[in-house]
Amino acid sequence: MNPFEYAPALESTSIVTIKDRYGLFINGKFVAPKSGKYFPTINPSTEKKLSEIALASTEDVDLAVKAARVAYVKVWSKMPAAERGKYLFRIARILQERSREFAVLETLDNGKPIRESRDTDIPLAAAHFFYHAGWADKLQYSGNGSGPKPYGVVGQIIPWNFPMLMLAWKIAPALATGNTVVLKPAETTSLTALLFAEICQQAGLPNGVINIITGEGATGAALVNHPGIDKVAFTGSTEVGKLIATSIAGSKKAATLELGGKAANIIYDDAAIDEAVEGIVNGIFFNQGHVCCAGSRLLVQESIQDEVLTKLKERMALIRLGNPLDKNTDIGAINSAAQLAKIKELSAAGDAEGAERWSPACNIPADGYWFPPTIFTGVSQTHRIAREEIFGPVLSILTFRTPQEAVEKANNTPYGLSAGIWTEKGSKILWTASKLRAGVIWANTFNKFDPASPFGGYKESGWGREGGKHGLSAYLKASN
Amino acid sequence: MERIYVLKTYKLFIGGAFPRSESGRVYAVKDFKGKHLANTCQASRKDLRDAVVSARSAFPGWSGATAYNRGQILYRMAEILEGRTDQFIAEISALEGANPKAAALQVEESIDLLIWYAGWSDKISALDGSTNSVSGPFYNFTIPEPIGVVAVFAAAKPSLLNLVGAMASVITSGNTAVMVASEKFPLPAISFAECMATSDLPAGVVNILTGVSSELAPWAASHMDIDAIDAAGLSPKVLKEAQIAGVGNLKRIKTPPNIKSPKRILDFMESKTVWHPIGI
Repeated sequence: MNPFEYAPALESTSIVTIKDRYGLFINGKFVAPKSGKYFPTINPSTEKKLSEIALASTEDVDLAVKAARVAYVKVWSKMPAAERGKYLFRIARILQERSREFAVLETLDNGKPIRESRDTDIPLAAAHFFYHAGWADKLQYSGNGSGPKPYGVVGQIIPWNFPMLMLAWKIAPALATGNTVVLKPAETTSLTALLFAEICQQAGLPNGVINIITGEGATGAALVNHPGIDKVAFTGSTEVGKLIATSIAGSKKAATLELGGKAANIIYDDAAIDEAVEGIVNGIFFNQGHVCCAGSRLLVQESIQDEVLTKLKERMALIRLGNPLDKNTDIGAINSAAQLAKIKELSAAGDAEGAERWSPACNIPADGYWFPPTIFTGVSQTHRIAREEIFGPVLSILTFRTPQEAVEKANNTPYGLSAGIWTEKGSKILWTASKLRAGVIWANTFNKFDPASPFGGYKESGWGREGGKHGLSAYLKASN
Repeated sequence: MERIYVLKTYKLFIGGAFPRSESGRVYAVKDFKGKHLANTCQASRKDLRDAVVSARSAFPGWSGATAYNRGQILYRMAEILEGRTDQFIAEISALEGANPKAAALQVEESIDLLIWYAGWSDKISALDGSTNSVSGPFYNFTIPEPIGVVAVFAAAKPSLLNLVGAMASVITSGNTAVMVASEKFPLPAISFAECMATSDLPAGVVNILTGVSSELAPWAASHMDIDAIDAAGLSPKVLKEAQIAGVGNLKRIKTPPNIKSPKRILDFMESKTVWHPIGI
């Protein structure tokens, strides 16, 4: 018997009540979509339907944008900043109170392990509201001049990998800076956003300040192209980010884009190897690798590659994949059939291009979408798995000999979101950090997030920052 | 008999040298009354690409130089410009139709603006950088870094002030620049290149092209080795085309409203955040 066998420790789902059907949250109320259409949302770990959700049409988008405009003009822009902040504090507190409910719902709808939704996603989401609440009446100190102004109505589109956390990243700074919001969650993960609408009601947030419209790509396009939107904020793929950038060209719309990545995680020969191995695992297998800043390219110094690889494989053999509601689970379900197909396609390209695949023995559940933790060795820079974002638990391993080579390889990508550095030598950390063309550098750690810490990329990883003082500028027009 | 004075040949400024356009093209620049002043190079897209190569080559050295060093070189430009004030007054008067007093004022403002931006080189990160109080045992800081190669389409009038301000705000942080001078008023730009060439500015940090902005803008926008564009001198129509072409590498295309503002420097910088654990 495996000495590391665990008895199942399932989180109860009784804390969550999922309705059979959800409307759109417009002007403070749930309303049926004018389209009359609904689509199912499923649990990716079982493929069972959880609920059905309204499909917002162009007409619905229009109603939401108008509600946001009225709320901006009549209420939100006139409210003293300190009062605006209090609503954000309220939201943060209610989110903390109901955090377990959100965590369970997030895990059901997204497939991520309850350990992560409970310990990372939801607490960080609440922290984002609390952090930004405090900014609301201090914007003149944010480096945007003595009287910075909000844009007005912001259209926000968020991805499925951290549904509730991304909602918080978008809504908290937008509201703190005095904008009103129309937000579209990702097609496959709308439930926590709809539950969040209840929080807005409980907090007594004025109607129309936050509107949540669910739907598919066309809904998002209608939102981006709506003339009543002053600013677009998007997190998602670089491909869609470029479509958005194209469609708003020539308009007055501002945009922040938080897009893809292909982060290098650099392990120098003087690193603390055991810690680095933990960092590698956290870097690529956190959230099934559905992380734009995932450390998906391991760059390991040639002299220690055997040792690192041996330890990494030993560590990977201990990773538990399975029921996301089990508190012992490390890797949950892949979010959708489409994403699973993409991961499989790119992994197959890795095989075809000559890289060597390895996964630990792993029981894959019969139903649901799953992909085992996987590494590829013998990867060269031209391989698709070294260039394209896989967005799954798949690590490409490359080697280097000198720090210069490490930096050169790390920067050899159109992306520039994040990077990792592992060495016990301080001057080498700072040298490497200064050479890496990426917005977030984790040295001797990886995948850390905080509302006070700006996040966002260089190059094709996007425009602007989210979080910290720098994230506020994305929602403010600076004054002199 | 009156002495026949020596006319200046206005050429491009690429990689620290003054070449003609590879295309062999020139266009006639006229004074405000329509009288011929000079045949100026009409840079081609090949000239633009050459300029980008030299700007990219100069980037590691310039961004890696100390901020103190960059500040001194910008200050040196002001010293050189001060000594050549009369030449610029003459060019500005002839081109813009400004009276000598207004032209002199523009030159003085340009000199002072150079010094103002020189002083920012080692202060901008103190203004915009931050240490961030994250919830955990980590030291976390954010610093602004130069974005890379910036293409500048300088606004027309006042021609010297716009050119000098845009240039200084872009390079003080460590960026390198490919500048396209105002189509109508290009002469001060090339004369200013002579100031830069004698200011210890490393070759390629600033490159200046003269020509037709609307011809060069789409090529600059689609160039994958240009990271950002200062679009102040582009018409709304050309700007839109540039924004669409710039999507290829998600170029940052900005039209900073003020010629004198630290925001202008930050428009062409990226924020980098670094995390490190605290522990024993």
